[in-house]
Amino acid sequence: MQRIMFSLLVVVVCLALSAKVNATELQQTIRTTQNKVVKIFGAGGLRQLEAYQSGILISPEGHVLTALSYVLDTDDLAVILHDGRKWQAEFLGSDPITELALLKLPVEEEQLPHFNLRSDVALQRNSSLPFPGQRILALSNLYGIATGDEPVSVLQGVITAIAPLKARRGAYQANYRGQVYVLDAYTNNPGAAGGALVDWQGRLLGILGKELRSEVTGTWLNYALPTASFVEVVDDLRAGRLDRTRVELPPSVESHSTETLGIVLIPDVLPRTPAYIDSVHRDSPAERAGLRPDDLVVFIGSEPVDSYRAVVKQLQQVERAEPISISVLRDGALREFVLTAKTPSVKKSTPASDDVKP
Amino acid sequence: MNQQRLLRMFFWVAGSVWPFLAQAEPAAEVLQAEQQRIEVMERAAATTVAVFDGSGQGGGSGVVISPDGFALTNFHVTAACGSAMKCGMADGKVYDAVIVGIDPVGDVALIQLLGRDDFPHAPLGDSDRVTVGDWVFTSGNPFLLADDFQPSIAYGMVSGVHRYQYPAGTLLEYADCIQTDAAINPGNSGGPLFAADGKLIGINGRGSFEKRGRVNVGVGYAISINQIKHFLPHLKSGRIVDHATLGATVSTSDEGRVSVDEILDNSDAFRRGLRYGDQIVRFAGRDITTANRLKNALGVFPRGWLVPLTFRRDGQSFDTTVRLMGVHDQSQLYDLVQKQEQKPAEPPGGDRPAPDGEETPKPKLPNLSKKKTKLPETVSKRFVARRGYANYWYNEKKQSQLWGNYADRQVLEKAGFDWEISAENIAIEIDRERATIQLQNSVSGAAFSNALATDDLASQLSPPKSGGLLLTLHLWQRLIDKGLRKYGEVYYLGQLPSKPEGTMVDCLIGIYAGIETCFQFDTQSGELVGIVMLPRDGVDPCELQLSDYGEVSGRRLPRKWRVLHGDQQFFELEISDWKFGTDSREEKN
Repeated sequence: MQRIMFSLLVVVVCLALSAKVNATELQQTIRTTQNKVVKIFGAGGLRQLEAYQSGILISPEGHVLTALSYVLDTDDLAVILHDGRKWQAEFLGSDPITELALLKLPVEEEQLPHFNLRSDVALQRNSSLPFPGQRILALSNLYGIATGDEPVSVLQGVITAIAPLKARRGAYQANYRGQVYVLDAYTNNPGAAGGALVDWQGRLLGILGKELRSEVTGTWLNYALPTASFVEVVDDLRAGRLDRTRVELPPSVESHSTETLGIVLIPDVLPRTPAYIDSVHRDSPAERAGLRPDDLVVFIGSEPVDSYRAVVKQLQQVERAEPISISVLRDGALREFVLTAKTPSVKKSTPASDDVKP
Repeated sequence: MNQQRLLRMFFWVAGSVWPFLAQAEPAAEVLQAEQQRIEVMERAAATTVAVFDGSGQGGGSGVVISPDGFALTNFHVTAACGSAMKCGMADGKVYDAVIVGIDPVGDVALIQLLGRDDFPHAPLGDSDRVTVGDWVFTSGNPFLLADDFQPSIAYGMVSGVHRYQYPAGTLLEYADCIQTDAAINPGNSGGPLFAADGKLIGINGRGSFEKRGRVNVGVGYAISINQIKHFLPHLKSGRIVDHATLGATVSTSDEGRVSVDEILDNSDAFRRGLRYGDQIVRFAGRDITTANRLKNALGVFPRGWLVPLTFRRDGQSFDTTVRLMGVHDQSQLYDLVQKQEQKPAEPPGGDRPAPDGEETPKPKLPNLSKKKTKLPETVSKRFVARRGYANYWYNEKKQSQLWGNYADRQVLEKAGFDWEISAENIAIEIDRERATIQLQNSVSGAAFSNALATDDLASQLSPPKSGGLLLTLHLWQRLIDKGLRKYGEVYYLGQLPSKPEGTMVDCLIGIYAGIETCFQFDTQSGELVGIVMLPRDGVDPCELQLSDYGEVSGRRLPRKWRVLHGDQQFFELEISDWKFGTDSREEKN
């Protein structure tokens, strides 16, 4: 009872405090917090495999915490500070559960701006912070907008819920199943992973997670891992107590293609080659669904496609884990087919069928 | 013990009172702040415009910036509309609007709403003072939701300033733009970004979407209003306005040095001494530490702008002022614009909100909608099509205004071609066919005879080191004598800073015999304050500055002249006598 009332009081006090924070103080907080978030450039570079992400400085001597991803899978990993200083980072280790990785910048006797995980966690434990409805700021280099000495981007919002994570990436379940902060700020963007979630005083509440979708609704999740969930992991990583090997990760998103569906279109010889099916592979999703040579592909999902290239492009927009609907013109009639690619573990399945709608 | 009990009591009371407290009226200052915000947004909403093409199919947003109905929007919105558009405002009325000027590189268009002279309009803010963490809101017509033209408002924060977003080809470059998490969706294009106090700080036009589909994901970009302020007089000229380049490419080293990789030898920067390998330190008042910063600093200026530049070579620092050259040549830009206008409403790149708010996919038909429909009468009265212009009507109007102000003073009546000007140690004699100037210990002359092949005129650049002062005077006489219609090609350019102090002047460009001359008029008095004569591309012009207007020979004339050429001042003189000949032989045209 007392605990509850005490926390209510704290809430009241915090609300009062946050209302009192005036614009310039908030801007000052943002400025100093931006200095603790770094831009990371590494492997990748293809569409939907961006070669950048974010990270946070957690020690004065250059320990950087970030999300474990293919971006780190290179010997040429560049970490750029707010002021444009640039270092090649060493990969110290990673944790397969939280999917976080620790990097080290080759600096000595530096006093880099950084978050203090221990004290921020202690404060949160003693004050029952944060709470749903609390205002937050999310700082990250989403979309790789900032380069050189440009500061990272800042988004604002509130914590909408604190709930266990049930999410997947493509067809794979996310390893972390603990509590996360669900946010109404758009943190689920390319390059945002590894960014900082802070309160209006600039205290670290959590780290922005990788791009994940809800298992339940399939929507992209805006969330952050609470600092408390990784503070010990970070200690282990710093002490070298965790596996130093890089966990092999599947590409974050795999899309459909004509190959995976087993469709061969007639060769692309014109600026707008009509998307006629030349042949269909045996026992492929296309054959199972009932597509045939000489069908003219006119819609992928609800998007009209008018050429070979449009088909290829549109297929890339749909994840392989998702069933895909293809409409064709056959004998003057429009027919829709739903194709499902073979994937490791899809539980949800719309019956892939020979279901032909007139 | 007792204390503990008291404490417990206190918590109990606090706990039971809490729900009632929560229901109580919010603090007065909170309500006041809310009321203030409501009022600001109401005023802002009244200035917001829903822009539709003539057929009412596609469109975007816009914002009115003056009572006579001038409104800003995106070029990628008006490109789909043609010369006329329909504009809905929060009063529920639809106004006809006409295209005025376009800036295809900066993705800005100026239109004019017609039918009122008291349009509600947004005050312009100062976007250079916008910082990360500022509260802002967008206003507009996302997804064409508002049937009654009441705009949708979205509140958010400035996420980044001085952002650079690459162009598609050479058009639609977002330099020095404002990044915000206030929602910018398809249909918001061209609409206003307001600071929390209701001042207009940007024009929304673009977002990062990528794999999330074409809806807001917290990353929108607005063209800064300070950039648009530089372009506004240019846009009012009815022209297709070009952006500027230094004429050099640069790269950033790991140590944060920006150095010149390549430089065009016909650029002003080259003539002012900038060379391959030089480090650019400051440009337009900004420290340059990355190539992006230079692109940001450059991207806010129209071609022809004067900008201070500091560069370093071998440990030595050089300060100079450069006149920026255009990104395109005029016909190139015109062709690009034509191409853009033939595209369907959706802009290229897939990176910015489509101006049309249709969410449902529709098959892309060949662009049949590029209709040559008849313009509404109010619009056709204010529209003159001409190659190279968005709307020549506005240019003609501005030309006549400038010329009318100048010629109506009657000081120029029968000024003719025979002038005799004297000052200390200097005597100039000029007539229709030749001129001589007597300096302290030299005499030089120039010939303007009609018998000369026209390209020879550009070679009459005496006296030496003046850049062609006598020819400049001849062209001035020609403008006075022939007026706007017979001089050659004449157009109104807009406003540019002039030497030496960067004062803004109205520029009337006259092209005759391949010589481009800029006649600069004071924006207030309408007086001719300068003539910049460029005999051909790639050389320094002769710059004649005129001041100290007063009575000479019964006319109001500039008594102080200063002549500049390149980095040097040729001379400065005070006129003691200025005679006008009686020769008024009429030239047959």
